Amino acid sequence: MSRAPLSWIEALGAAVTTRLDRLGLAARFVAALFGVLGIALLRASLIIRELYFSGVRSLSIVIVSGLFVGMVLAVQGYEVLQRYGSTESLGVIVALSLVRELGPVVTALLFAGRASSAVTAEIGLMRATDQLAAMDMMAVDPLARVIAPRFIAAVISLPLLAGLFSAAGIIGAWIIGVHLIGIDDGAFWSQMQASVDVRIDIVNGMFKSVVFGVAVGLISVFEGFFAPPTAEGVASATTRTVVTSSLAVLLLDFVLTVMMFRGLNG
Amino acid sequence: MNRSKFDLAVGAFVALGIIALIFLALKVGNLTGFDSGTGYVLEARFDNIGGLKVRAPVKSAGVVVGRVESIGLDGETYEAVARLRISSSFRFSKDTIAVILTSGLLGEQYIGLEVGGVPDYLSNGERITKTQSAMVLEKLISQFLFNKAAEPPSQVK
Repeated sequence: MSRAPLSWIEALGAAVTTRLDRLGLAARFVAALFGVLGIALLRASLIIRELYFSGVRSLSIVIVSGLFVGMVLAVQGYEVLQRYGSTESLGVIVALSLVRELGPVVTALLFAGRASSAVTAEIGLMRATDQLAAMDMMAVDPLARVIAPRFIAAVISLPLLAGLFSAAGIIGAWIIGVHLIGIDDGAFWSQMQASVDVRIDIVNGMFKSVVFGVAVGLISVFEGFFAPPTAEGVASATTRTVVTSSLAVLLLDFVLTVMMFRGLNG
Repeated sequence: MNRSKFDLAVGAFVALGIIALIFLALKVGNLTGFDSGTGYVLEARFDNIGGLKVRAPVKSAGVVVGRVESIGLDGETYEAVARLRISSSFRFSKDTIAVILTSGLLGEQYIGLEVGGVPDYLSNGERITKTQSAMVLEKLISQFLFNKAAEPPSQVK
């Protein structure tokens, strides 16, 4: 019997074991990271520095995107609503889609592209230039000094950015709907307030973006920490961060949405 | 960039984020409306609740005074049992009528409370005895057609 018929089984086995290996590595990394979170939280200045690079620097892209997404939603929503003569519901449609879905999801996708990729590249380069090894030599734990502050910064900034995105989007829709199209200002806000529930819609949306923050933060530091110490390795780790984060956000969004809104019409 | 610049920028960022969340909670959502868990509960039984949903508003004279907390079916009488959570700042007399109404032609359904004249008030857990079920369009149409068909008995034959 030749080896050829069995080679694909071999390849399958190799694929499964490498993935299991990586999964185990990720699990041990996450456990170690959560172990040093307490120490890292005490060093506020490190977290503030990362909040600046991840959060403050992402402000402009998030607010501008939110504004435009809201304006597009208003134009498209108006097109459909005017057929049924209920253009006053424009505020409801825009607010619900932003607060429940688009705010958390689009912000997390933007954050993965804008901030997480930079975090991965930075940590990967620190690994490649032996800065992490040097810290270890000086008895400074790189997990607590470098990794944990970046992770915490992602978890703190994403919900705030998602809130800003939704708020900017609603203001964008208000500019288009009320000022350009001419929907009644009072109806726009009052219908929105009657239909948007603080607990079901806003708190759930914020919870989503905290979960996305944990996922995107973990992926970015993990990929950076274990990036192969070459130029190519750092480049592919950065790409993997963006791809994996985006997929994880969309998958988690589906799971969370089903869990949150399934029993709503009971 | 020195330390205080970071602090300033991050402080502004966090403040802006919190302002956005407050804007969402107060201007977009309606935090000022009373939340569930306060107030008292009344029970109303209907033959048919139509499209009434949990969390639908309960209105008196058009003003929201509470929300539908739960909807169930009595297994013996086959009546729909709606539990209404009413804000504790309103009291309703014992002969109040609960009616299922629709806002607008295609709008959502809500419960309207029409207050009677008895000086005794309903308290927590009591039942609104007089109710009027939802209008079901199909029934209305079939009733209309049935009446139409039954109208001229003399012309038969």
